[in-house]
Formats: sequence, structure tokens, C-alpha cells
Amino acid sequence: MKDTVEIRWHGRGGQGAKTAALLLADVAFKTGKYVQGFPEYGPERMGAPITAYNRISSSPITVHSNIYEPDYVVVVDESLLDSIDVTKGLNPAGAVIINSTRSKEEIEEHLHGYQGAVYMVDAKEISIKALGKNYPNSPMLAATVAVSDVMEREEFLTEMRASFQHKFAKKPEVIDGNMMALEMAFDAAQARGR
Amino acid sequence: MANEKIYDRINEQSPWQDITEGNKIFEAATSKDFCTGEWRTATPVWSQEKCKQCLLCTPVCPDSSIPVTAGKRADFDYDHCKGCGICAKVCPFGAISMREGK
Amino acid sequence: MAIRERLSGNEAVAYAIKQVNPDVMPAFPITPSTEIPQYVANYIANGEIDTEFIHVESEHSAMSATVGASAAGARAVTATSSCGMALMWEELYVAASNRLPIVLALVNRALSGPININADHSDSMGARDSGWIQIYAESNQEVYDNYIQAFPIAEDKRVHLPVMVCQDGFITSHGVENILLVEDDKVKDFVGEYEPEHYLLNAGERMAIGPYAVSNYYMETKRAQRQAMIDARAVILEVADRFEKMTGRRYSFFEEYRMEDAEYAVVIIGSAAGTCKAAIDEIRETTGKKVGLVKIRVFRPFPEEEIAAALSGVKAVAVMDRSEMFAATSGPLGAEVRAAMYQAHGTADVVNYFYGLGGRDITVSDFKAVYDRLETIARTHVVTDMYEYIGLRSAQSEEV
Repeated sequence: MKDTVEIRWHGRGGQGAKTAALLLADVAFKTGKYVQGFPEYGPERMGAPITAYNRISSSPITVHSNIYEPDYVVVVDESLLDSIDVTKGLNPAGAVIINSTRSKEEIEEHLHGYQGAVYMVDAKEISIKALGKNYPNSPMLAATVAVSDVMEREEFLTEMRASFQHKFAKKPEVIDGNMMALEMAFDAAQARGR
Repeated sequence: MANEKIYDRINEQSPWQDITEGNKIFEAATSKDFCTGEWRTATPVWSQEKCKQCLLCTPVCPDSSIPVTAGKRADFDYDHCKGCGICAKVCPFGAISMREGK
Repeated sequence: MAIRERLSGNEAVAYAIKQVNPDVMPAFPITPSTEIPQYVANYIANGEIDTEFIHVESEHSAMSATVGASAAGARAVTATSSCGMALMWEELYVAASNRLPIVLALVNRALSGPININADHSDSMGARDSGWIQIYAESNQEVYDNYIQAFPIAEDKRVHLPVMVCQDGFITSHGVENILLVEDDKVKDFVGEYEPEHYLLNAGERMAIGPYAVSNYYMETKRAQRQAMIDARAVILEVADRFEKMTGRRYSFFEEYRMEDAEYAVVIIGSAAGTCKAAIDEIRETTGKKVGLVKIRVFRPFPEEEIAAALSGVKAVAVMDRSEMFAATSGPLGAEVRAAMYQAHGTADVVNYFYGLGGRDITVSDFKAVYDRLETIARTHVVTDMYEYIGLRSAQSEEV
């Protein structure tokens, strides 16, 4: 892992892309990293395209700008591919991680000739299998951790279980489902790399 | 000094160092020390004989310059009366007349 | 042992408020500072602190109630942004001239219009003449540290002035970063119990506050107020020393970053200073060029002589303003740094940049371009455009 990993999230207001970025900052923080997690600063409106960012580093981070040349890009909603050049500035040694059921070939038409790795995650299917509902952000978070290698699988899962236990203290029945979603997405992403 | 007034300590000759922080005033009812009667150009004169002690004049005085004790008014507080003449207008018995000057 | 945490800037301020447990907090919500009173209201609702939260119908009332509470003898705080502070305008001056040690958490946001919710310094720079001490932060850590230091500065007998603790809206207020928190008991010891000498609720002392003072007293009053600002300098440094002893983190009027041998310097306020530091490290590592930064922390009182001294050895300086003042010349920081250098017979060439207005981003490469420009200016001694922009779209190639 290089010293600072930069991640850009694309989603729509209400899908939890910002929350996923903050969760990633949280879990990376717990493994001893220096972190930043921040949304594109502006009003949030349901359905409107939003961008969120992460910097994760082993040394203190002082930069306060948005991220223009990310190492990884996460697309929580594939319908954004038509309107947004999601791979703009993306490091060819990095990867784009897309929530989609489509084939890599179909998706690549929208990636403006991006030469790096492309990971497809069917977050909807995983979420419905594990949770019975479509919450794409948890699977996308797990896939991002798997692809970016910012922390080990077990470390990630342990920290996430701890934070779910805190977050869902009043409804512990949803913890296992959420953990299952993370594990399924993590393993799927790792297996599907090219 | 027991009888020291605020203007003995701070007045228009005071250097800036002597002005209290934020102009705070550590004294109550300092308006009593300000003799606004000095401004008077007409003076109300009270006729004790004509006065029925109805006390209509007291509440209309803008400067609280008609002292009342035990339900009866006394003569004007000329230190603070500005001579506006409202009391003379309101008196139903002609017990207050206005005199020019102090 | 410090507590290692990750918090947004707003969370950090709210956490500091929880640790200080002030007596009164009147506040009215406005983006991007809304979360601060929101978190504090939660702390109160959960019984973690006993601060009296006053719900008000506007920022005019928020600052009025804060002034009233402070005059009554309470440790009083509030938080706001942008137009919210504009609505406090009248009371800002009242708070300062009445010498009330209020602490205001300001989350910097551009003033309308056009209406905009993002970071720039037009709100606090507009209030620079109101008589408040102003302390700015680069990061969440700094806004937390500054907030704790604000109380002993404001409440010192030599000062008795309100303090505005500023941070950049969204950039730090909503960005989560690593932060080191100080333990509750240490914070409580550091700020101490608030024991005002004179206050309206003291039944044992007759007192009036805020009297009418016409021309025969006003000027002397203002001179005395200026003295408090002058005396605040020593107090700010004393408090910073005490804070360093507690945390190991050092603060002053400004931070000098790699200025020891610097030939080209940027002077800047706020979160963009961190981005500038990254540019400096990169330039020094890749080219060896001697570039540095003066990051202003305390803008009021203005550390005129100290800034001039810090810039005395450099060849060229870029002073960077995140707000307009429509002098049709410079921005506020540009004007004051230039004046400081003139007063000290400084010899460096100076250029003034406007950047980041209304939240426009500024990047590491923008700063690299600024240092390139400084190098050219130092070589040619020609400053064609004394007032420039970063990231402005223009039909002309060079914007004057």
C-alpha cells in the first residue's frame, strides 16, 4: 500500500455513499490509520449526484482539497455512468468498483478508455440476499476495502462488527445480516479481479 | 468618601485610563445626581390652598418630580422638574400655575 | 494520555463545549454550523451537561441573549455562520464594547449574494472591525484546541473581550479527520471555573451596563477597548504556553512552516494552509527550492511586527485572501500584510491572490503555480498584476 490512498465515491443523495465514506474513514481509523472522510460540500438532495472522498494514510494528512486523481473510484449507482465521467483522473494502477449487474464489456463503453482494473459488484443482489432489502452502501464498502487493500479482511470484519454492535444496539437482529453482506461482497470483489 | 458621586470619579476631564471597563457604572439610581431642573425655562407653582390632593398631577409628571408621602403630595422637586407644564394642564382646580423662568 | 479520535470539525467544537459545560448557549441554526447547537442540545437532553440552551427566533436574538447572559455573569457561548452572523452585527459590537468574554464558534461561510453555503472568509473578515478577537484554524485539531484556549483568553482580566473561533465551513466542519482530544478533567482545569468580578446578578453590587456615552466619552472608551486588544497579545501567548504544557501542541499568532531558510512565502488563513504545506513538501523534495508558509492563526489582534519579521528574509510573498473587501484593490489580509511590511521597511515583492471564494477548491498544484510565480517575480522584480485570482475563468489570459 502506498503512503496515501485516495478514494472517490459517486452516488445519489439518499443511497448512503457519504455514509459509506465516513464508515470507511471510521474503520480505517480504528486500524491505526490517519484518515479523512468528507462529502463534496453542498446541499444534499435525494437522488441528486453526490461525491464523497476518503484519504487513508500511515502519516498525518494536511491536504484539504477535493480528490482529482484518485487511486480508486466507487460507483454506488451505475445510472451515473451516463452523465458523469467517473474514471476522470483515476490512477491506471488503481481500480473502479461499480455496483452493477451488467457485464464488464457493457460497462467499459462508459469508462472513457480507462486502462486500469474494473470490478463489478452486484450490491443489490448481495444486500437483498443478506438483509432482505436493497442497501447498496455496505456491500460497496466491503468491496472497496477488498480491492484497495487498505486493511486485512479479518481486521475489517472485526471492526465492522464492533461498530454495528454499537450502531444497532437496539436491534441486534440486523447485525448478522449486515456482516453477511460485507463478507459476501468482500469475497465476490476479491474473486472477480482481473 | 461616603458622599462621593460618580461624576467625582469619572467626568469629562477624565483620561481614557480612568473610564470603567465597558463603561460599567457601579452605582444605582445615578439619575438622581443629574439635576435636570437646570434645563427649566418655565416653573410650576403649587398653591396649597387650592389643591384638593386629588393627585391627578402625580402620575402624569414625566420626571417623577411631584413627591407623594402618605397619600399627600408635597411641593415640587425642583432639582429634577424640567418645567414641561403637563401638571398645570391636568389640574382641575387651578392649583398649579406656570411662571416664566426658574 | 490524549484520547485518539476521529471527528468532524463541528463534532470537535461540540465536544469541547461539552467538556467546558458553559452556563448558557442561545443559538439559531444555520448551515454549516447547525450541527454544533444540535450536538450540544443532545448532550443536554442526555443529561451530560447542564448548559441552559435558549431557543431563539433569530441570530439577532441569539447574540442578544448571549450578551444578556454574559452580562448577568454566565459563561455564555453561541455558534453561527455567514448570514447568521450578519444578523448578529449590531450585537457583535455591543458584546465587544461591553467587554463581555463571550466565545462564538464561527463556521466560515460566504455571505450572500449570490446565496452560497460554502466556505470563504467574508463573514468573519466583515466582522474584523467589531472588536472581537479572531482565531482561525487549519484543521479539526486546531479548531478544538483554539476553542478551549478561547475561554482563558476572553476571561483574562487584562482582556475581557469576546473571541470568535473560526473554521472553514464544510472543509473542516463536515470533514472527518484524526484528532487528539484532551481528557475532560484537564480541560475543566485548563478553563477553570468562571468567576466574573462584576456581573448584574450579583445582589451585593450595584451595577449598570451599556450606558449611553456621547462624544465626550466615546473616544476614551474606544481607546480603552483598543488597549484590551493590545494586552490580549501577551495573554494569547501565555495561554498558548499553558496549552503546550498540557498537550505538547504549540500555538502562537501564526505558524511558520519551513520558513527558516525560505525565499518564497505564502501568507494564508485557514484550511488551505494544509494543502499549501503538502505543496511545500513536494517542491522542496523534488526541486530543493526554498519555499515556506506563514499561516495566520490570530487575525485580531493583528500581529503586525511579528509577521513583518517572519517575512523579512524572503524575496517574494504571495498573500492569499479568501474574501473580497471591494476596495477595488486587495483583500483584507493582503492590505494588512502589505502595511505591516511597509512599516518594517520590508524589501520583498508582494502579490495578493483571491482564492476559494464561495468554496472554490484550491489544490496542491494551484500552490505550486503560486510558488512558480513568486520565483519569476523575485527574478524580474516585475509584479504586473498586484491582485490576482486562483481558478478564475476569464476571457483574458491574465486577469488583472
